[in-house]
Amino acid sequence: MMVNRSKNRPIDLLIPWAIPFLLLICWQLFASLGAIPQRILPAPLDVFRAAAELSKTGELSDHISISLGRAVTGFLIGGSIGFILGLFNGVSKISELLFDTSIQMLRTIPHLALIPLVILWFGIDETSKIFIVALGVLFPVYINTYHGIKSVDKGLIEMGKAYGLKGFSLFRTIIFPGALSSILVGFRFSLGVMWMTLIVAETISAHSGIGYMAMNAREFMQMDVIVLAIVLYALFGKLSDVIARLIEGKWLQWNS
Amino acid sequence: MESQRFEAHISLRNVKKTYNNRPVLDGINLTIGRGEFIAVVGKSGCGKSTLLRILAGLETSDEGSILINGNPLKGINQDARIMFQDGRLLPWKKVIDNVRIGLKGEWEQESFRALENVDLMDRADEWPGKLSGGQKQRVALARALVHKPEVLLFDEPLGALDALTRLEMQKLIENIWKEHKYTSVLVTHDVEEAVAISDRVILIENGRIALNQEISLPRPRLRTHPAFTEYVEDILNRILYLKSEKDMHLIVNKKKKRVF
Repeated sequence: MMVNRSKNRPIDLLIPWAIPFLLLICWQLFASLGAIPQRILPAPLDVFRAAAELSKTGELSDHISISLGRAVTGFLIGGSIGFILGLFNGVSKISELLFDTSIQMLRTIPHLALIPLVILWFGIDETSKIFIVALGVLFPVYINTYHGIKSVDKGLIEMGKAYGLKGFSLFRTIIFPGALSSILVGFRFSLGVMWMTLIVAETISAHSGIGYMAMNAREFMQMDVIVLAIVLYALFGKLSDVIARLIEGKWLQWNS
Repeated sequence: MESQRFEAHISLRNVKKTYNNRPVLDGINLTIGRGEFIAVVGKSGCGKSTLLRILAGLETSDEGSILINGNPLKGINQDARIMFQDGRLLPWKKVIDNVRIGLKGEWEQESFRALENVDLMDRADEWPGKLSGGQKQRVALARALVHKPEVLLFDEPLGALDALTRLEMQKLIENIWKEHKYTSVLVTHDVEEAVAISDRVILIENGRIALNQEISLPRPRLRTHPAFTEYVEDILNRILYLKSEKDMHLIVNKKKKRVF
């Protein structure tokens, strides 16, 4: 079939990268020709050079691992809370009545607006960043888990009951797999929120991390380092998206 | 009118069910014999599906009693397995894992045998999404059979299939019933299907049993046989006759001719 053939062609893996690659070449070309002034945008090669220099001192890997640590910790905390709340509110009527309205109210507050408050509470060390990331991640995970469970086909649940499933076996066989695609949408969306939140938090207040590296470079007009930070964020964003896709591909095989 | 050839398996006594103040079942009295094949026909919305769901224990009646082997039915009817019109296979489980739903302990041999019964051994490792409508219903049938239920309930399982697949499935259901003699209740809107498969056709109108017609035709039944077509016509006339009082005079009240 057409679909199958195009899936297997190796060129299809390369085509998506054509535009980024072409842009990179043009960018380098115009920078070398002097069409783009150095203080507006440094050439790609300068950015590479900055990356190499910063890795030599170990500074770059420190910043990256600190940022990654914050992102992952915040994500795990917020994601777990959101997931568990979504699970309970999706399954239990009492839990839904008790919690859902409050969570929906909190959800409407832009979590980034809490940054000043959070700095006053926790200072500008790790806790504040992790707190903000966790808060940002919590709601998309919650909403999608909750709706995923709520929208599982009632007919399938009824079938399960008629075939002797109840309690945990009903949850494991029908409710959770039925909600999984929606849960994974929440997972993927919240990965985006995770990076966005971290960038803002690190840029506003931090003394380590990629965001701090960029803000620090601004003081010294190190254009190449600022651009390097932006590129790093783009790479990590893409990486987390790839991971999310892999998980979706593995767990939702039946859907392909 | 009720059959004497079977020992009583399921008894419904004055079963009533109301939705939003509208009576759906309004005093159903019915005895179903062990190993008997009953077909329930009627216009859509006449309550035939509700009756089946009450037998499965998926819904409770407002009044009256349902006795299974003389014991009142409470909760899900664990001796019964139901087949739904829309199949209701789990799309995230392979065919064989759909068949084994609800089985505990050793499942492999039983499940594969059930799949063999419906002639789908070669699709065991397939996702349900890749199967045709008829194949999906065969998997659903295997899933019901694997539990060796005492009662098989069919909620218009062939309604969505094309005519040829439908005939094939009717044959399959009849053959499996002949082999195992499960007490079976088939809800259908197809009178011909009802006459072809069942021992007795029940017509439900306005929440009551309007007709309780034994089908005394030998099996295998030939649809072209005059007695067969007469049964179908009789039942259809009865449905049309009940449809509108005004049409009453239009329908020739045919004298029933007993052939057997």
